[in-house]
Amino acid sequence: MSNISLLSIAGSVASFVIIVVLTRQRKIREQYALIWLAMGCLILVFSVFRSLLDPIARFLGIYYAPSLLIILIVFFGMVLGIHFTIVLSKLTENQTKLIQDIGWVKHRLDQLEKSGGAEDTSKQAVPGPEGPA
Amino acid sequence: MKTLIIVPAYNEARSIGPLLRELKREGPWDILVINDGSTDDTEDVVRGSGVSWISLPLNLGIGGAVQTGLRYAREKHYQIVVQVDGDGQHDPRQIERLIQPILRHQADAVIGSRFLQKTDFRSNWHRRTGIRFLQFLSRLLAGQSVTDCTSGFRAFNEKAVSHLADHYAVDYPEPEAVISLFKQRFRILEVPVAMRSRKAGRSSISGWASIYYLYKVVVSMVIEFIRSPHE
Repeated sequence: MSNISLLSIAGSVASFVIIVVLTRQRKIREQYALIWLAMGCLILVFSVFRSLLDPIARFLGIYYAPSLLIILIVFFGMVLGIHFTIVLSKLTENQTKLIQDIGWVKHRLDQLEKSGGAEDTSKQAVPGPEGPA
Repeated sequence: MKTLIIVPAYNEARSIGPLLRELKREGPWDILVINDGSTDDTEDVVRGSGVSWISLPLNLGIGGAVQTGLRYAREKHYQIVVQVDGDGQHDPRQIERLIQPILRHQADAVIGSRFLQKTDFRSNWHRRTGIRFLQFLSRLLAGQSVTDCTSGFRAFNEKAVSHLADHYAVDYPEPEAVISLFKQRFRILEVPVAMRSRKAGRSSISGWASIYYLYKVVVSMVIEFIRSPHE
């Protein structure tokens, strides 16, 4: 077994352990842990059974089989990056709505305090992101 | 007509006081300041001025701040909404001119343009090139030439407010809103306005930053153009 095989086995086992530990400590949500664990498994399998890579590499026309592994990792990284961008965009959007609603609530509260709480508040709901529900 | 002036303000403690005084003097409208998470005394100045205000706990940027005002306007059923930037660049005396086309039912949205008429507005060649390019792009994407699609001096009727309250672009809002309104077949009109130089602070766009800004605006306009309609 070549050094690079040992290195990639060690690397995938290490990342596997790190993911499991982080998930146990609740620092990673299961949703994301699943992706990482799947990736770890894949790399581990290909590291241990390098011969599995050969037919795929031959089919794709790659002369040096382990470079397929690199391609896979790069591709996975890209997919993960896009996935995170989607998550981030959603989070930003949610945060915007929350900040706007907090501003609105503070405004209503300020008005209420000024009027000594006498004003009717029943009709004034916080407008939801898609308008009043 | 029930009119609301929206004033987005981020760290404008020095210029917002005079602006609000001027706005109150100019017309019978209501004024709403959206303090966009300022870290200076903007909130205290606004609080003392006797106008309505909403204070956002964090800085959302101009788009998020304006959208807050639009949601407020929709909630309170304002018929006309005018956006006036908190830095004092927009002259309150020209608001009347801005809302005329809406009063006459000629437009759903009116943009105050610096470039519709020859004014003494000074700019250098690369800025002019950028402006020309944006004019070309808006003609290409919207089929109508908008001479000043980055202008934040705008007026909307109730219909446009209702649409934008849900769909206002948060990142580079002015040009995107133009495209978004066009796609929804709102009628957009420009009227010539003169803008004042800033009373305090510096423009956020200068030098290399302006090229970067142009890039971002162009990309955001194209994205808004190809984006699927909101659910």
